[in-house]
Formats: sequence, C-alpha cells, structure tokens
Amino acid sequence: MTGWSLSGTVRLRGEVLFRGEIALSPGWTCLMGPSGAGKTTLLRLLAGLPVAAELEGRVLRPGRVGWVAQDDLLQPRQSVGANVALLERLAGRAVDPARVERLLAQVGLAGFAARRPATLSGGQRQRVALARMLMQQAEVVAMDEPFSALDPATRRQMQDLARGVLRGRTVLMVTHDPTEALRMADRVLVLAGGTVAEVPLPGAPPRDPEAGGAAGALLRLVRAVS
Amino acid sequence: MRRALVAVAALLLVWQGAVWATGLPPFVLPAPWAVAAEGWTSRAMLAEHGLVTLAEVMAGLGLGGAAGVGFAIAGQVVPALRRWIDPVLAATQAVPVFVLAPVLTIWLGYGMGPKVAMTTLLVFFPVLSALTDAMDAVPEAHLDLARIAGAGRWRTIRHLLLPQAVPGLLSGLRVAATYAPTGAVIGEWIGASKGLGYLMLMANARSKADLMFAALVLVVAMTLTLRALVPAVKDPS
Repeated sequence: MTGWSLSGTVRLRGEVLFRGEIALSPGWTCLMGPSGAGKTTLLRLLAGLPVAAELEGRVLRPGRVGWVAQDDLLQPRQSVGANVALLERLAGRAVDPARVERLLAQVGLAGFAARRPATLSGGQRQRVALARMLMQQAEVVAMDEPFSALDPATRRQMQDLARGVLRGRTVLMVTHDPTEALRMADRVLVLAGGTVAEVPLPGAPPRDPEAGGAAGALLRLVRAVS
Repeated sequence: MRRALVAVAALLLVWQGAVWATGLPPFVLPAPWAVAAEGWTSRAMLAEHGLVTLAEVMAGLGLGGAAGVGFAIAGQVVPALRRWIDPVLAATQAVPVFVLAPVLTIWLGYGMGPKVAMTTLLVFFPVLSALTDAMDAVPEAHLDLARIAGAGRWRTIRHLLLPQAVPGLLSGLRVAATYAPTGAVIGEWIGASKGLGYLMLMANARSKADLMFAALVLVVAMTLTLRALVPAVKDPS
C-alpha cells in the first residue's frame, strides 16, 4: 500500500456517485466504467483537484501526485524544455536543465528542448506531457484518458513508453478502452452504480496484445455492471 | 506595405481631385503638395512640437500601460478586488475622457501634466481589459497544472497566465497606441504652449490650413508608427 486512497461517499447534486473505499497499490490500475459514472471525479479527488461533487470522507495522498490529462496542456508560448520544467517552476523549485534533457531523451524527444509545442505531432506532445509529469518525481500518478486522443499506432507506442518509464510506481488511469486496460493494467477497477468492483483479469498476461477476446469479455462486463 | 502605399496614393489623388473639383480656397482646403511644401518649410517647428507630443504620448503609454498591467495582475492575485474594481472602472469608462480635459488642465496646469494624464487614462483601460480577458481565457484545465504543483496565485500568474496572455496584452497595447496621440492632442487643444495640438490651433487661428494639415499628417504618422511598433504575436495553436 502506498497510502493513496479515498474512502467515504461522493455525491453529485445529491446523487451518490460512489460509496466505499479505493486503495491504490504500486503498479498500474485502470479505472473503467460507463460514461457519467464519475470516473474522472474519483480520479480528480484522489489527485487533489477540484470537482463539482462533494466528498464526505477522506482522501489519503502522498506528497506529490503526477497528473496527465487527455489534453496535453502544453503551454503554446513556451518551449518544449520550459514545458517540461513548468511544474517545477510553478512549485518554486530550481530547475536542472540537464534533467530536462535527460527526461526528454527518455521519452524519445532528445534535442527537442528548444522546439515550440506547435511544431510537434499529437503523440510527441503527449510525450512532452509525460516528461513534464516525470520531472515532478511524484510517487503516485493520476491519468485521465491520456492516450484516447491519439491514433491507434501512436497510442500503443505511448502505452508501452508509459509502462516503461512508470514501472514500479503507483498509477491510476481512467480509460474507456478495454484493450488499453488489458494491455496496461495490473488491476482493473470498474465504477458503476456507485461502487467500485475489481475485475479479475483473464488468464492472459495483462500486456498480451493478442487479448482481443478477453477485451471483448471485459467490455461486456463493463456493460453488464452499468 | 505595397497596399499601404497604394492607399496613400489613392487618398492623395482623391484629395487633389477634391481641391480641383470644389475650387475651395487654400485656407479652407490646401492641396497636398502645398501641405508638403509647408511641412518642409516649417520642419524645424513641426519637429519641435512633434517631439513634445511624442514625449506626452510615450509617458502616457508607459504610465497607462504599467497601471493597466498592474491592475490586471492585482485583480488576478486578489480576485475579490475585481468585484470592487470592475464597477468603478465601468463607471469611469462611461465618462468620456475628453470631457475631463478641462478639469485636468485646471488641476495640473498648462504643462505636459494634463496631456500625459489624458493619454494615461485613454491607455489604461484597453490594456487592463485586454490583459484581464486574456488571463481569464486560459483554460481551466491548465490551472490543474498549477494546483498539482501546489503553486500559489503569484507563481500561477507568472508561469501560466501571463505567458499565455502575451498576445492579448499586445493587442490591447496596439489599441492603446492608436488612442494615445488623440489623448495628447486633445489635451493640447484645451490649453498648451507646445505640441502638435497647440500648433494646429495656432495655425487654424491664422488661417494657415496648410500648416494645420501638415501637423495633422504628423499626428497620423505618429499613430501609425506607434501601432506598427507593437509586435503582432499570433498564438501558435
């Protein structure tokens, strides 16, 4: 256990979105569920970000939480390097340019520090967002459909890259894509009807790309729960 | 640039055409070449008065711009401040600044003071509102980055809001640069002993329309130059 958990009742305009406890453990956890179930709300609560819903209960969170959203949130008027260092600057910490370079190299963007975000492809932009998150050295990472806007080939590359660079950390990722969940997750949680259920993963190793049949089964399960 | 030259040439042609067609006397409508000739003859005087007006304009742009930026940032640092400032600003903007010119002259005398004050007032609001709007336009999702980093208001403004608001600020400054010479000239009309506005009134009183037009051309040239000096930054998407 990492001490990253949420327990209590989450209500949106009087309606219960969630009641119970979510405790995250090191490794990759995917949070799935039908649209409007409140996945993003739970994720944001766990990350300490403002939500429209109310939490009656508590969130335990280690000091720093990494954040990757569907939108890369790159600052258009700042260089790629400045974007990677942005959260450090926002936090008032000193920025080591060599570390920025190292992280850019780690996400496959060596030599991109001086470029402008507008000159990058969607996949490259999300790589910068990943490097920016790595720069924070957060123990736990919250991701809100980080790869859903990418084309399938780029998405698979990014999934592999993210798994590689975040190995050993505690990651909670919201996704709509059962294939993605099966590819990446050590645990799959499904939020539906106000509770979270852990889905037993099929026999195939979670990152087996050939798990199409199992993905279908998971999709059917998600629909059944909703 | 070529289109601007064509436009100027066309304007001069229409002007000259109007002089021929109407047959108005030169003290009502001087021909362009007469204005140019007068401008050349009186170049030392035009430069002297032009520099005074330019100094007032630059001082007003500096003060009004700084005040606009300062208030915009203050409104972001202390959002509660905006609920108080906004209605006051709206009310002050409802008063045409030009009607303040005589009052400013009473308060600040006949020197550069009231002209700089007029220009400052004209510059202040477009800068303040352009920068405020631009910072407000930063998407809410981007503020999540500041929250995740645990950034306070000031660091959020400095590293997130201001960099994104630069194009907005510049477009406000461009508007302000267009207004600024007007403020200075009107201030000079009310009471002055120097400046292009003063020169225009003096030329008018002596029926020297050619000199008045020469001063007017200089004001226009100053306005266009100031506007062109503010860089246009397009936001890369």
